[in-house]
Amino acid sequence: MIDILVIIFGAILVNNFVLAQFLGICPFLGVSKQVETAIGMGFAVTFVMALASGLTYGVQKILDFYHLEVLQTLTYILVIAVLVQFVEMVLKKTSPGLYQSLGIYLPLITTNCAVLGVTLINFNNHYNFLSSIINGTAAALGFTLAIVLFAGIRERMANAPIPKSLQGFPIALLTAGLLSIAFLGFSGLNLKAFFEYFANFNWSDYQAYISQLF
Amino acid sequence: MNFGKIIKNGLFAENPTFRLVLGMCPTLAVSTAAVNGIGMGLAATAVLIGSNVLISLLRNVIPSEVRIPAYVVVIASFVTIVDKLMAAYIPGLHSVLGIFIPLIVVNCIILARAEAFASKQTVGKAFADGLGMGLGFTLALTCIGAIRELFGTGNLMVAKDFGFDGFASWLSAGVANALKEVSALIMILPPGAFITLGLVLGFINWLSNRKEAKQ
Repeated sequence: MIDILVIIFGAILVNNFVLAQFLGICPFLGVSKQVETAIGMGFAVTFVMALASGLTYGVQKILDFYHLEVLQTLTYILVIAVLVQFVEMVLKKTSPGLYQSLGIYLPLITTNCAVLGVTLINFNNHYNFLSSIINGTAAALGFTLAIVLFAGIRERMANAPIPKSLQGFPIALLTAGLLSIAFLGFSGLNLKAFFEYFANFNWSDYQAYISQLF
Repeated sequence: MNFGKIIKNGLFAENPTFRLVLGMCPTLAVSTAAVNGIGMGLAATAVLIGSNVLISLLRNVIPSEVRIPAYVVVIASFVTIVDKLMAAYIPGLHSVLGIFIPLIVVNCIILARAEAFASKQTVGKAFADGLGMGLGFTLALTCIGAIRELFGTGNLMVAKDFGFDGFASWLSAGVANALKEVSALIMILPPGAFITLGLVLGFINWLSNRKEAKQ
């Protein structure tokens, strides 16, 4: 349980995919002009990343069985490409409304390095099936959090007087830098110790201590 | 267009990082030091040359409906080759760059050049384009890496493996210490990457705006 909490909060806050690990910068800068589209992109990515984490875990087992570890990168990217295409087709059939709103961003997810990145991180950390899926989902939620916060700031900035040379990408990058400083506050947080402290917290001792005070 | 012109185009006029703003993830992530920038840039250059040449050779064979998956397979093969070669011969740099080497597969620069240039041009031109774009990427990564390293640690190019102690060893102790004093750790932390790249892009825009105003 504690391990799972550590993975979730670690992926969302401490090692935020965008602001601390620089994965998924392209959609972060490209699809963050409006909060609404940012939310849509975030959830599409969450869906794909959770599925990709589970699928590549199985694919890795097959590669291990045939001793084809060298084909890892190649297989993963093909699995992700097929998955994105599949998600696109399913969404088109089942919920045309969501497909319409995500339409343009869905194919872009294939080249989102956060998706390939999370599968490689799962593999490097030797996560099991459940942890892989949880890490994928949590990392994607971290991505969603960052892109939605960033879109909120950029909406406000649309009417601000920005020097001509800084308009567009430069000011977006400087803003992301400030947002990244905020997330730097979480770095080095020992989540394992934090959750263990609460898990092992002795309430009866605490109550005895409080009653002693009064 | 001759080869020299194509290479120069990749280095300056259409620099992938500064002009086209492609491949941001590795640019931000590995530019903590100039050496890392050179390593990452050259790895991407090798993949870019290989994939450009092969895709140019196969341009009449690949049906246009399945061209993107075919390009991805070609690129992923070259990335695997580069990844394994680096793991074998330069394990130190390989471990610093970490997952950003396999992630060259999804670097937009490589797929963009395959789609926009290599699939329509002769092998020689595709090779020149790969070399030019790769070196342009290397140049940009090295510049950003050097700025971050200088302001973050007060020293430059600490490449102990090559027997080079960094340029601070050439300076007098007083100057080197002063540089260390003013250096700010934040420059080599994640926020430093965003801020440095933002300011560099702003500076380049300012230069080109001024050039336009003069003309």
